[in-house]
Amino acid sequence: MLNLDISVNGERRVTSAPARTLLVDLLRDHLGLTGTKIGCAHGVCGSCTVEVDGLAVRSCLMLAGQVDGRDIRTVEGLSTGPELHPLQSAFWEEHGLQCGFCTPGFMMAVATLVESGEPIDEDAARAAISGNICRCTGYDSIVAAVCRAAASISEGQTA
Amino acid sequence: MGRCPVKPPSLEYVSPRSLDEALAVLAENGDEARVLAGGQSLVALLNLRLARPRVVVDIRRIDELHAIAERSGQVCVGAAVTQAQLAAHPASTGVALLDEAIPHIAHQEIRNAGTVVGSLAHGDPAGELPTVAVALDAQLELRSVRGSRTVSARDFYTGYLSTQIAEDELIVEARFPVQAAGSVSAFAELAPRQGDYALAGVGVALTIADGHVAAADIGLLALGPTPLRARASERLLGLAVEELPVGEVAEAIASDLSPKDDLHASAGYRRYLASVLTERTLRTAQGRIATAAPTP
Repeated sequence: MLNLDISVNGERRVTSAPARTLLVDLLRDHLGLTGTKIGCAHGVCGSCTVEVDGLAVRSCLMLAGQVDGRDIRTVEGLSTGPELHPLQSAFWEEHGLQCGFCTPGFMMAVATLVESGEPIDEDAARAAISGNICRCTGYDSIVAAVCRAAASISEGQTA
Repeated sequence: MGRCPVKPPSLEYVSPRSLDEALAVLAENGDEARVLAGGQSLVALLNLRLARPRVVVDIRRIDELHAIAERSGQVCVGAAVTQAQLAAHPASTGVALLDEAIPHIAHQEIRNAGTVVGSLAHGDPAGELPTVAVALDAQLELRSVRGSRTVSARDFYTGYLSTQIAEDELIVEARFPVQAAGSVSAFAELAPRQGDYALAGVGVALTIADGHVAAADIGLLALGPTPLRARASERLLGLAVEELPVGEVAEAIASDLSPKDDLHASAGYRRYLASVLTERTLRTAQGRIATAAPTP
């Protein structure tokens, strides 16, 4: 068993897990944060994407020991109260999801980018989401959501 | 808690804080230990149970392995440096082929965790970094409890996913030559979608002196069991840059290859891609010579 001292969505979590536990399993099964999904378990589909130390990574390709002492943000960390994160509002307004299985992964892939305060054009949005697979939407509504979220944050900052 | 089905097999995980500690674990466990750097190759293998090490040695806590430095005309990259960190570091602009190739690696999420040296150690023939290392003759420093040795990337790859590394060895650093004044490079690959494994790829590095090719190195990816170096690049030596027989060299390179038919592409298609991408990169390099500063 490994002892782990990590920060998840701003909250310190001290826990332990068998050495072979993947980060995605730690989040889902040990910490009850089931927003992060397992789609392929080998890093291709993007549904397991979370942020570790501010960078988007595949939680299915990390062992729990690799995040000891580090900061993790999952989709649950985008909004902790009644108000939606601009990404969540934008996905809702643009119909950027249908079944929603891929959605947390898409959001965590672009969260830091949209929060940067710079507007994003379509090409940049498509590049940013190129590591995520969606079976339902055909991607255009996701691209629109990403651009919309970045625009609203950018406008909010200049307002 | 209940039974949680997991992908990886049972293993022991250690996270030493010093290189000596890590080397001792490797020495003690031999081929039952695997080094964990970014995990973008190893953890996938664990999830598919294609690797079943007794112990995984995470090197991220070894401070000295996180360094990027320019020393004696080389960009030196420590074993724990991620692909994203190298791409963002000013030193990487000194190795243009590397700088151009890194954005082609998978996706940002992979590059944020995956390491430069880990990719070199894994040696996937479709990997951008092993091919760039072979093209540029990068040097790899290997350490063990027995000492240290430096291996040229051109000698390092012995077969499919096989390298010269011994059971108890760890690559601590990769060194890429800073490109000389008057050299140009170009990289191109073709993949079904952005970030997929390439079906074929070419990296060229040309050193120009007095308007003529003084050195020509061409690396090829996804065209054989290892990253390859094209012999036909010799045909460019001594020629004036405006008179390079690009089509002829492209054809010669393609006909030297023996790729296999597989699920993703036929051998013939891969040879065709090799020819097209060689031509494309050589013409791009020619164009860059025209706009580069003249050699003093």
